[in-house]
Amino acid sequence: MSSHTHTASHGTMGQLMIGFGLAALLTIIPFGLVMGEVGISRSTLVGIIMGLGAVQILVHLVYFLHLSRSSEEGWTLSASIFAVIILAIVLAGSLWVMHNMNENMMPMPEMHRQIEQMKSLQAQEG
Amino acid sequence: MTPRDAELALPDGPAPHAHAVGHDGAEHHHASPTPIGFWIYLMSDCIIFGALFATYAVLGGSYAGGPAPKDLFEPGFVAIETALLLISSVTFGVAMLQAEKGRRDTTLMWLAVTGLFGAGFIGMELYEFRHLVHIGAGPDRSAFLSSFFALVATHGLHVTGGIIWLVTLMAQIRMHGLIEANMRRLSTLSMFWHFLDLVWIGVFSFVYLVRLV
Repeated sequence: MSSHTHTASHGTMGQLMIGFGLAALLTIIPFGLVMGEVGISRSTLVGIIMGLGAVQILVHLVYFLHLSRSSEEGWTLSASIFAVIILAIVLAGSLWVMHNMNENMMPMPEMHRQIEQMKSLQAQEG
Repeated sequence: MTPRDAELALPDGPAPHAHAVGHDGAEHHHASPTPIGFWIYLMSDCIIFGALFATYAVLGGSYAGGPAPKDLFEPGFVAIETALLLISSVTFGVAMLQAEKGRRDTTLMWLAVTGLFGAGFIGMELYEFRHLVHIGAGPDRSAFLSSFFALVATHGLHVTGGIIWLVTLMAQIRMHGLIEANMRRLSTLSMFWHFLDLVWIGVFSFVYLVRLV
């Protein structure tokens, strides 16, 4: 209200409505796909849902949060990029490490069998 | 390394200028360090949510012989929750635009509508949690449900905090009008509110829908 820079930083009614329309569309499609039980393979459907979610996050950033290269002299953008990098490391890292751990962990029955084997070996030696 | 030097110099560069106009506030929106400071808080919050999402990603399949997402989640229910939160985000946007035009009463009206949609969302979430605990699918049932409750309830607590802030701000606007300080608070809360809707996109996609496929 104090100056036109304020209006620029909070967008216009038109921008808000475009954002609403896009967000609504990007919400209805994944819900429709899941609830409609369409004949798409599971992995494709998961990819579509995650992809549309990522697009909707961008829509929210641009149309609702008004993130742009110039807001706050680019500091909001650099802070956001930094957060995204941390997020990627945390998410991908956790999944990678835990997946590896699960892969390399001996299944429980197998472990018991080997323990028994070791015990019998020890008995033979001792 | 000139571009790097320039970048390093930036934080010191605008600071004296910001100080100079900081007192009479209304000069320029860069006068206040609040928006960027709050944005950095939001990004750190984002990393908290990222850690909870990662936990859910790792533990989401550990049912311990208990119920799986398909036994518990109802896409129609989540769709209504999502709609409530998205609409509240848009009505906050409208309130923000009205505030910029200096219309106090219309702003308060739209803020009240936003609060009602937010409260509706929280009400539905509490109903879902109560129902899950009631049927024996509480956070203590399996690692999947622990990580589910941790993530979704953290988001719910944020929304509850946002509603309390919203009501407080409405009282402040009613008392003092759309003064510069209230405008700053309003645009900060607007960032917070839109951010929570953004996190919810991750929740409904990754926590609910993907697990129902």
